[in-house]
Amino acid sequence: MLEVKNLHVEVEGKQILNGIDLNVKPGEMHAIMGLNGSGKSTLSNAITGRENYSVTKGDIIYKNESIVEMEPNERALAGIFMSFQYPTVIPGVNNTYFLRAAVNAKRKYNKQKEYDAASFLKFVKSKLKEVEMDSKYLKRAVNEGFSGGEKKRNEMLQLLCLEPELAIMDETDSGLDIDALKIISKGINNYKNKDRSFLVITHYQRLLKYIEPDVVHVLIDGKIIKSGGKELALELEEKGYSWLES
Amino acid sequence: MNQSKNAVIDQRVKEDYKYGFVTDIESDTLAPGISEKTIHFISEKKKEPSWLLAWRLKAYRKWLEMKEPNWQNVKYANIDYQDISYFSAPKKNELKSLDELDPELLNTYNKLGIPLDEQKMMNGIAVDAVFDSVSIATTFREELKSHGVIFCSFSEAAVDYPEIVKKYLGSVIPHTDNYFACLNSAVFTDGSFVFIPKGVKCPMELSTYFRINEAKTGQFERTLIIAEEGSSVSYLEGCTAPMRDENQLHAAVVELVALDNATIKYSTVQNWYPGNPETGEGGIYNFVTKRGLCSGKNSRISWTQVETGSAVTWKYPSCILKGDNSVGEFYSVALTNNLQQADTGTKMIHIGKNTKSTIISKGISAGKGQQTYRGEVKIMKSADNARNFSQCDSILIGDRCGAHTFPYIDVRNQSATMEHEASTSKIGEDQLFYCNQRGIDTEDAVSMIVNGFCKEVFNELPMEFAMEATKLMEVSLEGSVG
Ligand SMILES: Nc1ncnc2c1ncn2[C@@H]1O[C@H](COP(=O)(O)OP(=O)(O)OP(=O)(O)O)[C@@H](O)[C@H]1O
Ligand SMILES: [Mg+2]
Repeated sequence: MLEVKNLHVEVEGKQILNGIDLNVKPGEMHAIMGLNGSGKSTLSNAITGRENYSVTKGDIIYKNESIVEMEPNERALAGIFMSFQYPTVIPGVNNTYFLRAAVNAKRKYNKQKEYDAASFLKFVKSKLKEVEMDSKYLKRAVNEGFSGGEKKRNEMLQLLCLEPELAIMDETDSGLDIDALKIISKGINNYKNKDRSFLVITHYQRLLKYIEPDVVHVLIDGKIIKSGGKELALELEEKGYSWLES
Repeated sequence: MNQSKNAVIDQRVKEDYKYGFVTDIESDTLAPGISEKTIHFISEKKKEPSWLLAWRLKAYRKWLEMKEPNWQNVKYANIDYQDISYFSAPKKNELKSLDELDPELLNTYNKLGIPLDEQKMMNGIAVDAVFDSVSIATTFREELKSHGVIFCSFSEAAVDYPEIVKKYLGSVIPHTDNYFACLNSAVFTDGSFVFIPKGVKCPMELSTYFRINEAKTGQFERTLIIAEEGSSVSYLEGCTAPMRDENQLHAAVVELVALDNATIKYSTVQNWYPGNPETGEGGIYNFVTKRGLCSGKNSRISWTQVETGSAVTWKYPSCILKGDNSVGEFYSVALTNNLQQADTGTKMIHIGKNTKSTIISKGISAGKGQQTYRGEVKIMKSADNARNFSQCDSILIGDRCGAHTFPYIDVRNQSATMEHEASTSKIGEDQLFYCNQRGIDTEDAVSMIVNGFCKEVFNELPMEFAMEATKLMEVSLEGSVG
């Protein structure tokens, strides 16, 4: 599904990632943990093709093709989704309108019939249930005035509507209360299947109580310095990161 | 911004102006030049009463003594006032009914999306169509008359309702007000006249479509709207012009008067030809004076404008809040793309007690567009408990455009409450990326973000026009991605 090879990324002239290797197979869930500023979000931004995140060396292969030259919206249409660490507010743009534009862009790309307003509302309402979100959030502007947790739920809602094959969850669990954490985890677990992969970035072992990563990676200073099973997360929780750095 | 995004901007910028066609029609066009003779000619053409001719001549003599202003933040080539024709009209323009209207003209308005023939007229919207210097048709007149509402061309009003015209003409904007208003007072040609009698809620939207067609002509329209006690009206103007290499001057004057408990809502969708996107050649100079007088208590005047066209725009629709408890509002979206320039804003003059004003201005600059918001809020000594809320937001698309804000505040009564908010932002890379990451391409994302940015203003427009404005923004922005 996703193969990251010796990836070097520079942001505004500053080298942030120093040779990352990852191999996420269809149906797998990988977790990435690491100190603040170690480059986790940079990796997500590089995979999704954000402007100014230049790949200086190495490659990103998605479904057997290099995507380094692809526009960000093309990568999204091809099935890569990122749940943002800090979802963006778009004032004045109705949440439903935004979501429909996104879903229709994807349907158009897949040569499916686009939703009209009424049929989309039906579709989105069924998804709302899964994240236990009130329909009043649909009427508000995209993320405007949403609490931290509400924004994360809204990201999850978008994920469910867009049905990506590769979902990158950048600290989707941060700032969630216990109930919300359970809802999001349940959402992830229900969504996951043998063709869909997850890259989950988190600081907390508590998320890993609810979801089962196949591999846990530790990212420090732009490099993956250790990979292991679920137990690695527990070890990190206990000992912190310093024992790895030396 | 990176190379590819600038390339997308350039490509969008090259989109054609959709209303740039010329109507091939025989016109009576006065030779260029201005003198007392020109004014006699116009006045005679319109069979005006002699007091009106005298009024024009007084304005003309004053104008000769005035100097063209240069304090505004726009640059344009010198205007040669002797090189403009001050009157142009399609030859066959005196008609008894709409059926007699020249098919070429009907066709022109059809192409602009404004059907004038009886069968296809827009429901619930009466239209006055002004072509160069004359009004060629006004729809739904009879129906409006049955409610006591007068909606006709200014020229007709001067002949048919001289007392009303005499009473109000120049009462809000005296001919001495400014250089262009003074010029207009001397040579104004046509525009709309609206009179809503006491207690009448105008049963339909009134609108005027201004079209400049002839080369080398200026358009100097004059509009006067009077809402008597307890009446209300919503009026909309739309404007387009052909693509021509030379600049054309449009110097209009609009006066509104609201008596006790009356409401006037005046909306503008201005889409004059903006000039060549690359060279800046041609395009309309849109130098307009608009002012409303809330003369009665509890009266309300609301200006909503969507300004997307013209090479240079220079206008400040204003309100004089004289009546106690009167309300003035200004909602504006101005877009400057390519080489367009705009210096626009409003003035709110509080005189009466408990007067209230609201200013919402949204400026969008793209390409190499330059835009200035200039606003003045004046609270006079007599205006106890006046309130003003101003919000001026600008958004920049790309890194070759500019936005400037000059708010002036003059408070002479300590009981006033003033609130001012302002922001300038680049169309966020983060917002664009967020949209892109959801599969929405950059062009659609820009339209979406800009429309969201303008929402508060679009919400003030009558429904049909809000949709039109949204579409217009999309067309005007096509390619200006950043
Ligand atoms: N646009 C940018 N300009 C300059 N520096 C940047 C930019 N983006 C990221 N960086 C820097 O790159 C480093 C890695 O940042 P990144 O956001 O990837 O960290 P992270 O691992 O996601 O941290 P956190 O756990 O706090 O979210 C930081 O030092 C950060 O300041
Ligand atoms: Mg991060």
